[in-house]
Amino acid sequence: MNLYAIRAIYKFEMARTFRTLMQSIASPVLSTSLYFIVFGTAIGSRMGNIDGISYGAFIIPGLVMLSLLSESISNASFGIFFPKFSGTIYEVLSAPVSSMEIVIGYVGAAATKSVTLGLLILLTAQIFVDYHIQHPFWMLAFLILTAITFSLFGFIIGIWADDFQKLQVIPLMVVTPLTFLGGAFYSISMLPQPWQTLTLFNPVVYLISGFRWAFYGVADVNVAVSLGMTLVFLLICLTTVWWIFRTGYRIRS
Amino acid sequence: MPPIIRISGLTKTYASGFSALQGIDLDIQQGEIFALLGPNGAGKTTLISIICGISSPSEGSVLADGFDIVKDYRAARSKIGLVPQELCSDAFENVWSAVNFSRGLFGKPANPQYIEKLLRQLSLWDKKDAQMRELSGGMKRRVMIAKALSHEPDILFLDEPTAGVDVELRKDMWQMVRELREQGVTIILTTHYIEEAEEMADRIGVIRQGKILLVEEKQALMDKLGSKQLSIRLQQPISDIPAELAEFNLQLDQDGTNLSYCYDSRQEGNSIARLLRKLTKQGFEIRDLNSSESSLEDIFVSLVHEKEQ
Repeated sequence: MNLYAIRAIYKFEMARTFRTLMQSIASPVLSTSLYFIVFGTAIGSRMGNIDGISYGAFIIPGLVMLSLLSESISNASFGIFFPKFSGTIYEVLSAPVSSMEIVIGYVGAAATKSVTLGLLILLTAQIFVDYHIQHPFWMLAFLILTAITFSLFGFIIGIWADDFQKLQVIPLMVVTPLTFLGGAFYSISMLPQPWQTLTLFNPVVYLISGFRWAFYGVADVNVAVSLGMTLVFLLICLTTVWWIFRTGYRIRS
Repeated sequence: MPPIIRISGLTKTYASGFSALQGIDLDIQQGEIFALLGPNGAGKTTLISIICGISSPSEGSVLADGFDIVKDYRAARSKIGLVPQELCSDAFENVWSAVNFSRGLFGKPANPQYIEKLLRQLSLWDKKDAQMRELSGGMKRRVMIAKALSHEPDILFLDEPTAGVDVELRKDMWQMVRELREQGVTIILTTHYIEEAEEMADRIGVIRQGKILLVEEKQALMDKLGSKQLSIRLQQPISDIPAELAEFNLQLDQDGTNLSYCYDSRQEGNSIARLLRKLTKQGFEIRDLNSSESSLEDIFVSLVHEKEQ
């Protein structure tokens, strides 16, 4: 195991984060805070409770997930896309590192960043909304697992993308809609049929539901199913990454 | 001593069907400067990319210091440093962290003393805190070299090291390459500047259309293939070349005082002696003689041309 290489990649990626602190940390925290103000404090006071939870508190897990998914994807995809785009990837490819070490470095840094961001958002939410966390361990577990899974997913997008548009299209056209429709702002039991059943095909539902269970002990789907689904996505992403490196897809001609 | 790099039967065929390398066999000896000379698109960069692990070979094998570049890629790659043709770097990173990043990536523990020595040697020490985007092209290239040397490799690949570099820097670069060789680093450089190969290399390989046309000691190559020119300045101008000298195919210049004789050093028997004897016999007084060797460039052009036919 080339631990020096993992550390070098990880440090490099984290340094990039700190160079762009405004864009990478401050801006997602600010935009999520706007949701808290608008939906939590302003509109939330006129809304009824959902599953016995005030609306402002109800949307917190979903909003954290929203940031976590989009930031994990964008960090990890940019982290690997940019060296590919600028040509600096030659160095990583010519170094005595295994594909697993490359992935641990890049994905580890992206996940660290989005977990930090998620925790920062939770702290900020405390200012606007009163909430509590029933199962802190599971909250962290879902946070970290989701960050890793979606950082892997972002890594895959970064390798697949050969221009800037492709880099953006999946996060914007697929992940954001799925998150909005995945129960970030409502309980899926509020949906009429057939939407209630259809929505179960949306993978983000399981992530948000499980995460919300960790906060308030209520969930749209059984928490074990949520955890199982999260692990399934993780496995799919791991398999895809493994395949990418085995075949050299879009990285090693 | 076994070769430090042994390439056997190496081919590369891209998915498009384009065959970039067609069965390359080549040994690089430890401690030499080897120049891989060839026109654009000959396969020089492809060959380097495969040895360094950036591309995968289609067939054949490469051993670097005895380690297979695919099976023992860790051991093989840690011996090798690469300075790519393109100057690519993260624009916002500073020189110090860029070079230290490379060392870590190649699995070496941090060694600030060594990196400092390296940066000083490359006249980069006062730029260590500068961001890459602030550097000139020449400085950037030095940083690329520093990155390639950061893990103390035994083998250094320089892909077109002086492309787009001014004369001054080119001379510096040559000097630096010689110093590296003195430190025991084996250097393989690609170039399409013959001047460069002629100036620096111990051995030269000529590659064209994915095939090695020949590999030769530089001097031997020039001796073997070089045509030479002898110019003979005469004391008195003449108007015509005497018929007795027709067999030598001489050229007479306009003012009639200079005769030039082209001969192939490969087939040189004693024709010069014969020519001179004949000239004296004819009563020509010779004022000066000058013989010039053809440059590697001429050799290269004639070689590439020859193989085309």
